[in-house]
Formats: sequence, C-alpha cells, structure tokens
Amino acid sequence: VAGAGGGCNDVQWCFSQVKGAIDDDVAEADIISTVEFNHSGELLATGDKGGPCQPAPVPRGVQRVQAPSRATNPSSDYLKSLEIEEKINKIRWLPQKNAAQFLLSTNDKTIKLWKISERDKRPEGYNLKEEDGRYRDPNTVTTLRVPVFRPMDLMVEASPRRVFANAHTYHINSISVNSDCETYLSADDLRINLWNLEITDRSFNIVDIKPTNMEELTEVITAAEFHPNQCNTFVYSSSKGTIRLCDMRASALCDQHSKMFEEPEDPNNRSFFSEIISSISDVKFSHSGRYMMTRDYLSVKIWDLNMETRPVETYQVHEYLRSKLCSLYENDCIFDKFECCWNGNDSVVMTGSYNNFFRMFDRGYRQDVTLEASRENSKPRSVLKPRKVCTGGKRKKDEISVDSLDFNKKILHTAWHPLDNIIAVATTNNLYIFQDKLN
Amino acid sequence: MNASAMDVNTEAKRILAVSISKLYASRSQRGGLRLHRSLLLSLVMRSARDIYHSAYAQAAAEEAAAAMDADKELEKVSEPLVKSPEPEKVELECREREEDKEVEEEEDMEDVFESETDSEDKENMNPSRHSRKRRGNTSAAPDFLPSKRARLEPGEERHAVLLGAVVPLGAMGLGSCRVGESLNAFSINRVAMPAC
Repeated sequence: VAGAGGGCNDVQWCFSQVKGAIDDDVAEADIISTVEFNHSGELLATGDKGGPCQPAPVPRGVQRVQAPSRATNPSSDYLKSLEIEEKINKIRWLPQKNAAQFLLSTNDKTIKLWKISERDKRPEGYNLKEEDGRYRDPNTVTTLRVPVFRPMDLMVEASPRRVFANAHTYHINSISVNSDCETYLSADDLRINLWNLEITDRSFNIVDIKPTNMEELTEVITAAEFHPNQCNTFVYSSSKGTIRLCDMRASALCDQHSKMFEEPEDPNNRSFFSEIISSISDVKFSHSGRYMMTRDYLSVKIWDLNMETRPVETYQVHEYLRSKLCSLYENDCIFDKFECCWNGNDSVVMTGSYNNFFRMFDRGYRQDVTLEASRENSKPRSVLKPRKVCTGGKRKKDEISVDSLDFNKKILHTAWHPLDNIIAVATTNNLYIFQDKLN
Repeated sequence: MNASAMDVNTEAKRILAVSISKLYASRSQRGGLRLHRSLLLSLVMRSARDIYHSAYAQAAAEEAAAAMDADKELEKVSEPLVKSPEPEKVELECREREEDKEVEEEEDMEDVFESETDSEDKENMNPSRHSRKRRGNTSAAPDFLPSKRARLEPGEERHAVLLGAVVPLGAMGLGSCRVGESLNAFSINRVAMPAC
C-alpha cells in the first residue's frame, strides 16, 4: 500500500523508464501537456501538442496511451477564424464498467470521448487472405483451415467515440467525470458546463461568473473538479486564490456557492505580484473526499472541506523564488501552471518545480523531499538521490544555488499510481516513470 | 524623493513597461488572447501604476511646497513679478491629452477582454458606445503604442512606452489615470519611430 510503513523519505525511488527524445531540441508537438493514470493503474495516458497515438509498454503492466490529437485537423473557431491550439489540456479516465476503457480529453474548445482497447492477439491463418491482408486468388485455395489467434505485441488503440463541441466561448481548463459515471463537467475561464456522456449536442451551464460588463472582470475560473463520492458536489478555484464548493441540488445555476475557502493574505508578503502568485493552478480532491489540495505558484495547501477559513496544511514548494518574482515575471515563468497529485492513500502529495525537480510532502510524518528527473540519474534501478537548493550563504557540496536553476526545465505534470508507489513525472518532452525499490 | 522610493518607482516603471509589451505580444500569439493571463497582466500593471502614481504625487507635492517656499523668499527680496500662468496651463493641457489617451486605452483594454468574446456579447456592450474604434485622428497612432509596422528594439520600446504612458487600465473601472501628467513633467528624449 502506498506510503505505508514509513514517511516519504523512507521510500527509495528508483528510475524505471523514460520515454521521449533525448536531445534538448524540443519540438513543439512533443511537449507533454497532461499525464493521468486510469483507476486501476494499468494504463497511463499522456497528452501533448500533437502526434498520433503511440502506446508503449511501461513496467508491470502499465501501458502508456497517448491521446491522439492529430487525429483531428487543427481546427478553427469559425466565428473568429482563430486557429485553435491542438494541445490537449486535460485527460480524465472514466471509471471502468466493462472490458473497454474510456477517457475524455480536451483541448481549448472541444472535448472528446475515446475508447481505449488493447489487443494482444491477432487472428492468423485466413483462407482467403494473405498474412499482409491482400486477397488470394480463390483458385489457389486448395485446403481449408480454421484461423487461430496467436499472441502479438500488446497494442493499445484509441478510437474517438464522441465529440462535445461548441459549448465554450473561452479556453477550457478542466474536465472532471462525476462519480455517477453518467455526467461530467467542463470548465473554461468564466463558465462551467455539465454534460451527459451520451449526449453531445447539449450541455447545461451550471456556473457563470461572466460580468455583464467585461470591464468589471476581476477573476477567472482556473480549475474545477467533482467530488469523488458525492455526485452533487463540485469545487472550482479562481485566479484570486479562492475555492468555491457548490451543490447542484441547491439550484440549477450554481452561482451561489455553498462554501468558499479563502486564506487571508499575509500583508508582509505583499508585492506587485501578489495576485499572480495567489492564483490557483490546480485543485484536487483527496481519494477519501474529506480534503482537497490546491496549488498556487509557491505553495501547496491542503483544505479540510469542513473548514473554510484557512487550509489545514501548507507546504512551501520553492519559497526561495519569492525574492525572484520580478525576474520570473519577465521571463514568463510566473505564469506557469503547476499541477499536484495525491498518492493512493492520501498520505503523500506531490508537485513539480523547476530544474526538473519535483517535491513530495508526507502529511503524516511531516517530511518532504526534492527529487530530480534527469537523464543523468536514469540508469536502470538507480535510486534517486534527494536534492537540495541552497538559499543563501555557503553552498554545501551537492547543493544547487538558486541562480543556477534552469527555469526552462519545469515539471508541471505529475501522476501517482492509485494503488502502488509508482509515479509518472513529465518534464518538457520526456515522461519518467519511477517506482519504489521494494516493488 | 528619498532613495528607496526612487527604487520602487523605477521598479514600477520597469514593470509597467514589461507588462505593456507582454500584453501586446500576447495579441499575436497562436490560440488567441488568454483571458486569465491578460487579467493577471492588468492586475500587475495596476499595482505598478498605483505605486508609481502615489510616489509622484508625493514628490510633486513636495516640490510644490519647496517651490512655494522659494517663491515666498523671492517675493520678499525682489520686485513682485506676475505669477507665471504656465504651470496651470500645462496641467490643463496634460489633462486634456490624458483624457483622450485614457479613452483610447479604455477601448484598447476592452479590445483585450472582448476580443475573446463571441458575437453573443455584443448585446452586453454599452449602447451609447456604438463604435469600438478609436476616436480622434485614426491615421496617427498614439505615440506610446507600438506601431504595427515599426519594430522597436527592447530599449527603444521602453522609451516609447514611457512617453506619456498612460496605463490602459480604464477597463478595470478605476478613476482617471494621472500618471501621464507626472511623466510629461520629465524631459524624456523622444525616440523617432522609423516609418517602414
């Protein structure tokens, strides 16, 4: 069981596999934009800015499925002749109901439902066809045989099943499947819509924060998620650092929140950039549904759904960047949207940082660790060494100083296997899989 | 003005310049304007503008007080001179130019937020404002806006921005912006923008 038996510092994380180009010359199409394990942990999906489906085996039966984005041509918003980015913003798996797996993917404007099927056998020995598929001349057929299934290399295929389009004026930032397995929500900057998975030509608007006069715009929606157990409950985060919890039973339009979670700003930390760094980039419920986690630029906060006034835990991801905010604003890094994730039993949380570092915080043991995803540390079974950033004064051996950090190497997307200590960490264009040495 | 206030001021000016260039750069990026990013940029600009403005209001007040004292001294020792009307005139002129620029930038900022919207939003527009085009002499672009054809070097861009750089924050529903007034009091060398 993930996290049991010791804090996150007791787990020895080993390199398992890496996928992606080795060279630093990153093609735009290869930039990984999302990573997600399915509910059983057998499949791992990644989305990027383009490219056909390229499934690849990952250790211990975890298959990597790439949600195809080039399958549709780069589309245009016909009202404004705007080229729509094909980058996949989010992938969410549906809970499995039968042998087939389904996932939802979304780009800026359109959501698609894909069926994922695995094939590890193929029929051989047709009478009328050659092995390569060409038809045989019937006159050459002199014997009759029964085709048989023979094992083949596992192939994972994704085929589009439904397209949910034209419901969003602004850029979609989140999708979330309801625990009822029938509906899902999609959120853009100003609105949240509710869909039925079977119905593509209609959606219901459940949140609308667009002001009558756009001049009065003060905040946008940054992320949204359904509660894992309560099908009537969802949350959405804002650019002002607030999270609103809504109950769909209260009214059809959930503009009035049931709860609002907000921590008062520390006046000592006020700067030009206070608003930007308080903008929440990700919100995730714990598996239990008791807590939720938010990520803003410098920290991760855990909230108890029963307490709206402040988070119950706050973890500093890279506090040493607080004095560098101006430079990070100039080079656009301050706008980076980091995600966060829980481990299977909600005892450890993980998020990314710069220089290909990622951080884990053990909630129970109050430990944290910084690890690095790099090719240099990628020998098979090699154990990852904790890293440390030197914040001032004398730099110790093996420490790295803040000014030496590479801000082009950022880990925005991470995922934790739902049952085991296996993690997927996406650098700009590489996907790393690490696992517990004990596995 | 003391040294640390000067630092903050310089910082505010720099941040304003960076922000404005980011805002205009984002117009041409693929995928269109990102509303979230535009909003954050405008919040930073407002913070910088507020700090810049309050610092200069303070400095102007200090200077005015010092000038008044100096005047009083002069009156005492020399023949009384007709008080020069120029400072007031300059202020009035500045304000008029201010308002024109403000209006242009309000519309500019609206463009930023509204270019994302659909035709359905036309109903939300103020009916009295029937045209979204800039008023005034449309053939002469405001001098602080990067011309579509002219390309500025980074250093030049900053100068051009600072020239009467009234920050386009009318869209935030804030009061009249008086930064330009203070900036006009400086003598900043004009940079000739090359016509292409």
